[in-house]
Amino acid sequence: MRRYVMIGSGVASIAAIEAIRSVDARGEITLIGDESHGFYSRPGLAYYLSGEITEGQLFPMDNTYFRELHIRRLHARVERIYPDQHLIRLHNGASLPYDRLLVAVGAEATRVDVPGVNLHGVVKLDKLDDARWIIKLARKARTAVVVGGGITALEIVEGLVRHGVKTHYFLRGDRYWSNVLDKTESQIVENRLCASGVTIHYHTSLQEIIGKGDRVVGVRTQDGRAIRCDLVGIAIGIRPRIELAELSGLCVDRGVQVSETMQSSASDIFAAGDVAQVFDPFTGKSVVDSLWGPAREQGYAAGLNMAGITTPYYKLIAFNVTRLADLTTTIIGTVGRGDDQDVIGIVRGDSETWRQLPDAIAVQSNFEINRLRIQLGQKTLLGAIIMGDQTLSMPLHQMIAEQADITPIRQQLVQPDAPLVDILADFWSVWRARRALATQ
Amino acid sequence: MNIAKLFKLETTRRKALVQGYVVPESARCVQCGVCSFNCPINIDIRQYAWKGIPVKDSHCLTCGECIARCPRGVLRFEGTSLFTPHRSDL
Repeated sequence: MRRYVMIGSGVASIAAIEAIRSVDARGEITLIGDESHGFYSRPGLAYYLSGEITEGQLFPMDNTYFRELHIRRLHARVERIYPDQHLIRLHNGASLPYDRLLVAVGAEATRVDVPGVNLHGVVKLDKLDDARWIIKLARKARTAVVVGGGITALEIVEGLVRHGVKTHYFLRGDRYWSNVLDKTESQIVENRLCASGVTIHYHTSLQEIIGKGDRVVGVRTQDGRAIRCDLVGIAIGIRPRIELAELSGLCVDRGVQVSETMQSSASDIFAAGDVAQVFDPFTGKSVVDSLWGPAREQGYAAGLNMAGITTPYYKLIAFNVTRLADLTTTIIGTVGRGDDQDVIGIVRGDSETWRQLPDAIAVQSNFEINRLRIQLGQKTLLGAIIMGDQTLSMPLHQMIAEQADITPIRQQLVQPDAPLVDILADFWSVWRARRALATQ
Repeated sequence: MNIAKLFKLETTRRKALVQGYVVPESARCVQCGVCSFNCPINIDIRQYAWKGIPVKDSHCLTCGECIARCPRGVLRFEGTSLFTPHRSDL
């Protein structure tokens, strides 16, 4: 009987377990997580924070589900892997043997190095305990300052606003998420934040968090201004938790490097999810993501490979649907480039692929709140951002992922004031019908 | 409203109920649970999204609450030919 051990209790591990059970009903599976809560929806924390769901809703699977999978769950921290001996050591000194091991420990928030960062009232949004803590503090807080960029910073901002906390949002540059969104898109988000009562401070960075006793009472900016506040939210990025792999001698770069079968540099050790660095055929580079969908797919592929069914994982086009200032936004493929001063590396719900934009033409359609931007390559669509109305989201996702030849409509798309939505919708209907015929 | 109109309205409603499903697009779903939380009859919609299958629960009212509430546009209403009468049935 094969012994499988999963380190990390996120979606990659759950998908791996489902994959193993689909082919191996008898193997012994142990799931080790360093959070006592077990498997929950990490992206759902944003909706928990904003009060749209209760905490109980964060848990998609109940105990019956885990019982049916016949797995053993351990709440422990893994301190070391011994690849040669096929053994792991836990924080309490206990050892656990394995035949196949999955490292799916995810990523963690990058720490900020400013005076006062350890004060009571400085928060991040990394896991369920953080969300609980923010909600608890927000009930009493009057004013908050949030620094950082990307999706997580906005989730904290919007969560605090929903709790009636007056919120200041610091941006180091002149606009929000500058290496993924273009100027207009940033402006749409910023305008909506302002309309909901958020005060945005441009060209502003944090010099010091001021405390009284051990509590936050304010912040000082680098240009010398002082703002009183009870709470400071920090979301400057995440980094894959590679320490365990590194310590255990696995090949790591920004993440744990894996082959197309999700295998690490050590035999019988696999990696998946936010911690894995995976080859991206669309950009030709090895990238890290912090996306739920790819984590699940990677976990599933890893699980099959662990069970002995050789299954290559081909990274699909990077894609996420999120909410920016209450506006549903889909980001597909390559859409931006350069640096964002507010973020180090990537944030949650983010992909390095999005910033790998080669020379391309951007065409866009703007409406009052809906916006569509597509990046045109020579023959294909390279990426798209759809804000608001999501009608074209799925068609664009399909056409970008499958590299549809858009030569017949390219000239129409680049015309000034071209009705992009109509052109793309018409083209998609024809393309879809042809594709269906070709696959029959 | 007279009885005939009321009857027609009820027939239309029932037709709508049996001629469509709520269908998830799994790739967009992050299992946040907003859909299940807002279902008026407590169907665990997100389990269908996890499995990537239409919400075939016979209790589903197809009220559209889950579709409207989903923050990521995972769910849509899709007609089915299951109950469309065939020519031979007419």
